[in-house]
Amino acid sequence: MGRFHRHDDGTEHSHDHDHEHGHGHGHGDHTGYATGADRIEVLEAIFAENDNRAEINRKTFEINGIRALNLMSSPGSGKTTVLAATLDEIAAEFAVGIVEGDIATDLDAAKLEGRGAQISLLNTSNGFGGECHLDAPMVNRAIGGLDLPALDLVIVENVGNLVCPAEFDVGEHAKAMVYSVTEGEDKPLKYPVMFRSVDVVLLNKIDLLPHLDADVDTYIAQVRGVNPAATILPVSARTGAGMSEWFDWLRGFVRAR
Amino acid sequence: MHELSLCRAIAGVVKHHAGDRRVDVVRVRVGALRQVVPDSLAFCWTIVRDDEDMPGAELELEFVRAEVQCSGCGQQSEIESRWSVACPRCTSADVTVVRGEEFLVTSVDVT
Repeated sequence: MGRFHRHDDGTEHSHDHDHEHGHGHGHGDHTGYATGADRIEVLEAIFAENDNRAEINRKTFEINGIRALNLMSSPGSGKTTVLAATLDEIAAEFAVGIVEGDIATDLDAAKLEGRGAQISLLNTSNGFGGECHLDAPMVNRAIGGLDLPALDLVIVENVGNLVCPAEFDVGEHAKAMVYSVTEGEDKPLKYPVMFRSVDVVLLNKIDLLPHLDADVDTYIAQVRGVNPAATILPVSARTGAGMSEWFDWLRGFVRAR
Repeated sequence: MHELSLCRAIAGVVKHHAGDRRVDVVRVRVGALRQVVPDSLAFCWTIVRDDEDMPGAELELEFVRAEVQCSGCGQQSEIESRWSVACPRCTSADVTVVRGEEFLVTSVDVT
């Protein structure tokens, strides 16, 4: 196990904290660890490599005149159903490529087949039970399977998860999320990093609201509570209610090239 | 949830700087808003460090609390809540995060 320095007072090198390990030492004086040890100052962001690769993806999209959207959600929010309806509406107007992140199956990709989009499936299984998110190198591999010069829009359907995908830039120009009303109105407060990161929230399954304890205004207020700037679009991908506003948002997004 | 990937990324940064030298200590600074579970990170590190051929490398975590600058009331405050970044003085969500999003390798000890 690693040794922990819990600087719970928030200052970077305050000394009024508990040493959880058995030996005393001053910060900057780690000679107790190993004689002759050199300390190398690093100060390098752990996501730096991912962010560099994301920038390469973004440039690749831009060289090809493509706008890229990173679509995130929890599992079962209706993300693939939203995407299917979206392709049915806009695939005649724009050439769309889908990067489909799925831990181990091609079930989602199969639902999107035959709707006029190019699809590149990216199974994230890595021998440890599957990645919980897509990162920039994975998306870089996946877009190699798309005919980029022919495309106007690439939608990256991320792995269903409200935690990890929010941390990884994949080279997108905007982040969208599908948040279904059946997940409960407290989710923005429980996953603020995800909800704060997005430009647009599709509040999905509003056809089910009559069976739930909260109304649409409650959900909107909860999202606003962590992200005052996001566009919030109440929709039902199943009935089509509100979907025209989403299609218009997407048209505006693509035309902003 | 994704601490195994995070540990691989940490190891990548460390190897880049340590080269062929033996790594004894890896210091990582983590902001409170980074969604990192310390125990899980420490556990995953024990797997990854062996895999990355630095079996003796200990992981030291330094935590940074979150602080926000509020556009509503103009105050800068530390935030206590794990769930919300709203201004603790006036509850506005229109805030800029000043600290708490750090996630970096600060230094490594090598021999």
